[in-house]
Amino acid sequence: MLDFPRWKVVSIWLTIAVLCALAIPSLLPQRITDSWGSFPHPRINLGLDLAGGSYLLLEADVNDVATSRLETMREQVQTEMRRQDPRIEIGDISTRGGRLSFLLRNPAQVDAARERLLAITGGGVGMTGQREWDIQVVDSSRLVLTPTQAGLTQAVDTAMGDATEVVRRRIDELGTREPTIIRQGTNRIVVQVPGLQNPQALKDLLGKTAKLEFKLVDETASPQQLVAKQAPAGSQVLAYPTNPAGIPLIAVKRSAILTGDQLTDARQEFSQQTNEPQVAITFDSQGGRKFAQVTRENVNKPFAIILDNQVISAPNINEPILGGRAQISGSFTTESANALAIALRSGKLPVALKVVEESTVGPDLGAESIRAGILASAVAVALVVAFMLVTYGRFGVYANLAVVINVFVIVGVLALIGGTLTLPGIAGFVLTIGTAVDANVLINERIREERRRGRTVSQAIELGYSEASRTIFEANMTHAISGIIMFILGSGPVKGFAVVLLIGIATSVFTAVLFTRMLTVQWLRRTKPKTINI
Amino acid sequence: MKLLKLVPDHTNIDFVRLRGWAFGLTLLLSVLAVGVTFYKGLNFGVDFEGGLMIEERFATPPDLDRLRDVVDAQGLGEASLQQFGDPRTLTIRLPVQEGADEGATNAAVKKVETAIGQAFPGATFSRYSTISGKVSGELIRNGVLAVVLAVLGIGLFAIVRFEWQFGVSTIAAIVHDLVMTLGFFALTQFEFDLNIVAAVLTIIGYSINDKIVIDDRIRENMRRYRKMDMREIVNLSVNETLPRTVMTSVTILLALAALLFLGGHVLRGFTAAMILGIVVGTYSSIYVSSSLLITLGLRADPTPEKVKTSAIDNAERVAPRTPRA
Repeated sequence: MLDFPRWKVVSIWLTIAVLCALAIPSLLPQRITDSWGSFPHPRINLGLDLAGGSYLLLEADVNDVATSRLETMREQVQTEMRRQDPRIEIGDISTRGGRLSFLLRNPAQVDAARERLLAITGGGVGMTGQREWDIQVVDSSRLVLTPTQAGLTQAVDTAMGDATEVVRRRIDELGTREPTIIRQGTNRIVVQVPGLQNPQALKDLLGKTAKLEFKLVDETASPQQLVAKQAPAGSQVLAYPTNPAGIPLIAVKRSAILTGDQLTDARQEFSQQTNEPQVAITFDSQGGRKFAQVTRENVNKPFAIILDNQVISAPNINEPILGGRAQISGSFTTESANALAIALRSGKLPVALKVVEESTVGPDLGAESIRAGILASAVAVALVVAFMLVTYGRFGVYANLAVVINVFVIVGVLALIGGTLTLPGIAGFVLTIGTAVDANVLINERIREERRRGRTVSQAIELGYSEASRTIFEANMTHAISGIIMFILGSGPVKGFAVVLLIGIATSVFTAVLFTRMLTVQWLRRTKPKTINI
Repeated sequence: MKLLKLVPDHTNIDFVRLRGWAFGLTLLLSVLAVGVTFYKGLNFGVDFEGGLMIEERFATPPDLDRLRDVVDAQGLGEASLQQFGDPRTLTIRLPVQEGADEGATNAAVKKVETAIGQAFPGATFSRYSTISGKVSGELIRNGVLAVVLAVLGIGLFAIVRFEWQFGVSTIAAIVHDLVMTLGFFALTQFEFDLNIVAAVLTIIGYSINDKIVIDDRIRENMRRYRKMDMREIVNLSVNETLPRTVMTSVTILLALAALLFLGGHVLRGFTAAMILGIVVGTYSSIYVSSSLLITLGLRADPTPEKVKTSAIDNAERVAPRTPRA
């Protein structure tokens, strides 16, 4: 008991010093830590309930992925069968029932068709070697492609990965501070944007699948036809909410000149002549050539920019646009030009995302919660400290030192692992302060008991620590079990609570058992008391 | 300095003798709690129910009837108003907006905010959240799953580390704590949301902590006094750990009281649930789990594993306080 080696003492103090030092940046105002530059200063992130801001849970419809995958496969099959010699004539192609089936005009080509299908349906999924599609021959001339579960899972996975990237790019374009975008589960994305004033703008941006097309405007359509939604042959009527002509509809040619994937850049800028906001767009080389050809043939005619089957602008072609660079001007405000540029630039979402959960906390409420949380924590610490002091005297002082250090250590560990402090996290914090002394209560009560049984001071202390340690271990293990379960199954605030609780359990065992024991031993060695007041 | 002792030395309360009464009372309360939970149901928060929740702060306490009229006039379904914390802060709950894409919900929030802003100048919006029915279903499922897994995990731990009777009695005690908490929420109709699930899990954790400490002492005493009657061992163990039980409960209650009064209104339900849980948990540690051990027929093993011996363990012991059987 009395031999507490020096290396142990040194390492305990060192650990405490390091962990407490980690807490310092989080306790200082942001502007001070910012001035440290590259000197590392991990800070606790504040959850949205404390910082104020918006939280969105986006969900993709898995069926959409399946449907569009089937459509893509259909196009691929049609191209592939025609691409090589000999051409394989097919017919009666259908995607009904979630399967792709088609008929071979010449049944003798079954094996050749199969070969080509094998090439385009991929070798297998990941490491498992499972196929993405099952190929079956029915009635010797009908081929049926059935998507396998493994293939579908992978497709959803890829689509969600891409969608997350698109969402990230779009949000970055908004220029908000430290957004968090995380994929969750198979088909969800969590978006957290602290301090966002206008979540509507964010959702408008995210809600778009942004299927971008450029089409020529069909000027032959009469207003009557438009209102009746009847378009001339080869054209279609689309919504055009901001049509300067008054009718919120416009007719465009069905075939697209260009699509969004040929666009390489789009940004808002100001016109050199009129100083009005405009959008500058750049196409890739292939798109640029196509655009040059179409604009040469259609000078003084308008073309429509179509986003998700809605016309957002129909500028006039003033001159042939060569070299793949164009500017769209019109009645833009800086914001609307910027919004168009973002929509053009951030690419197409591979799946439609729906907002299934949303919350926004006003910055005032967040600030108030922080104030209340800090006050409650301070008062809780003060009450517990005073109570421990009057109950256990010197041993209470040790326990209190442990509690105070524990507070700093929790902050330090949270900052180190990049944890997020939420409102329930503060509650977890306060609760930890309450439970952290439990270990010391157990030890001290045990020492009291052993003293009553007539043990000497050092025997009582030795027994107090050794007997209580086992109990402390058992009790904290069970507590940790519920914490771990909360962490795994909880979402948002509950998770934040669990993190603080788990850290608190680990650190309190360290400070309450090891640290106080060290202090007690050092005191015993110094004074060798015959009696203790406990 | 004279130190404070909440519990005097050498208590010798015959907890076990009161066991019959306690079981009766516990059973009665549990039945009542289950009954009230089924009869009145829980006031599920927007997390679990799905829907739209807006919190507004007013310059002065608003006239509730007028506010209700203003909100109902928006034609968004029946609004339920609830005072939240102080009389100036109110939550307005609305059902899930049909045709529920995000646009509908946003429009609803905007509408309500605008209408309130006009009718009650100086009102500011503090937060809102909306949850679709689908997500709320999952949240309920995960919440229930978390609680069930926590109970099972802890029970399993108790069985592995102790003996099966400890596991069973511990689980019984936790179920008791849960039932009581649910009954309390059904009775008071406090909002039951995701945070409360966290509180419930914490209660479980704490309550277990408490029980394990007593169980641990019972096990220790079973080894120390092999021939002692189980009832006496339980009594002795509960009495021996009583100072600790009371001390710890008091410190945690002190901390929670600070949170209840100063922690802001958002956490109030959460804190109330935990305070209740600590009181109930402490009771069930003494009266449900420990006493149940006797009913389950736990007895000291006549040929126990060799107790860890050290110089001090072999040292003389003073006589136990209770008479030997």
